Amino acid sequence: MAQHKVNYASNGGLPVALTSVDKLLNWGRSNSLWPLTYGLACCAIEMMASGGSRFDFDRLGTIFRASPRQSDLMILAGTLSKKHAEFARRLYDQMPEPKWVISMGSCANTGGMFNTYATVQGVDRIVPVDIYLPGCAPRPETLQYAVMMLQKKIRKESANMKKNKKQDLRLV
Amino acid sequence: MRKYTPKDNVQAKAYYTDRFWVAPRVPRQAVEDEHFKAVVEALGERVKEAYVEINNLVLHIDATQNYAVLETLKDTCGYKICSEISAVDYLAKEGEFEIFYQMLNLDKAKRVRVVCRLKKGLAIESVVPLFKSANFAEREMYDMFGIKANNHPFLKRILMPDDWEGHPLLKTYPLQGDEFASWYEVDKIFGKEYRDIIGPENRDPARIDRYDTKRFSRVGYEVPFDADISSGETKTPIEYSTTFLTDYNTGTKQLDKRK
Ligand code: SF4
Repeated sequence: MAQHKVNYASNGGLPVALTSVDKLLNWGRSNSLWPLTYGLACCAIEMMASGGSRFDFDRLGTIFRASPRQSDLMILAGTLSKKHAEFARRLYDQMPEPKWVISMGSCANTGGMFNTYATVQGVDRIVPVDIYLPGCAPRPETLQYAVMMLQKKIRKESANMKKNKKQDLRLV
Repeated sequence: MRKYTPKDNVQAKAYYTDRFWVAPRVPRQAVEDEHFKAVVEALGERVKEAYVEINNLVLHIDATQNYAVLETLKDTCGYKICSEISAVDYLAKEGEFEIFYQMLNLDKAKRVRVVCRLKKGLAIESVVPLFKSANFAEREMYDMFGIKANNHPFLKRILMPDDWEGHPLLKTYPLQGDEFASWYEVDKIFGKEYRDIIGPENRDPARIDRYDTKRFSRVGYEVPFDADISSGETKTPIEYSTTFLTDYNTGTKQLDKRK
């Protein structure tokens, strides 16, 4: 048999693969995480670097999309000001389910060094966050790691969203 | 009795200041430069006080004459650029704002600062017809201090949201925001009734709750996720390796031991 032909013998002669709905969906979801092209401050520069050729997010299936309607991951990269909080929440609401949020950098996690009147003290005040990513700014490797952790988390999920419990999705 | 704290300046202050320390002042010099002398002459009566600070002519004028003074500076003295307009809050000390205009003459490479005092609640004449750059600067002055500029084409907040309350650069405005500021995003997005659910802001990002087993783990102890350890923490055999810990009490260095 020629090498380029499908090796039917390995599947007991059948051109099929058996899996569960959960696994299939999670395989699809975790390997095509499309983040929103959305930067808030200096952390966004690191996010752009992660998307660029040197760090190359595409090989994780992570392709930045310019519309919240096409994305399922929101990377909140930077300082969220109180004026902007409303718009960030609206973008989050516009994303279709299922959706995940990565909070990137100290500013997004806790307000960081901006302990002032105009900065939201942690984006978890306005959107639910899946992964908190420390650093000021986190290096692209950190963001890659965060995406990989998120993939790991997604792979633990059940296709039936109601079954997902916070406790079961824990990574560490 | 509780210690009295003045309410007119709530800005953060150094917790230790030397009682006998006197802030150094930039030396003020008399106007000797030919060009600066001509400028003071051109303005005539309107200048209340003039001196030079680090090659920078400072002119004190009356707040009502700001437009006329800037017009003269622009048309007859060649100060074609107004690089900055803002205010300083001296309300606590003197009940006034200090408003300054920083002017630049590119031909002569000279700078002039025009300074005037404005009582609280009064408005100043806008200089937008003279300098386009004054547009945003005066909006910022309004946003940050609440000083209105008469005849400004579009006087509205520039940095803070339109429905913001308070003027953040006033000394009476706390750095971490007042009640309105601390709930702004919650009120705006979810509504006031969500305040209880979301809770107040955590203004100490380094705070560690030792009984919070969801986000923190205890060093040297293994505690299940979300377990209640407020009473009776159990000791487990997992401890840190002693190899890297120097026991300073014994007096001998680790290196010596290894030999
Ligand atoms: S965490 Fe640091 S790098 Fe990131 S937005 Fe804040 S200040 Fe900028």
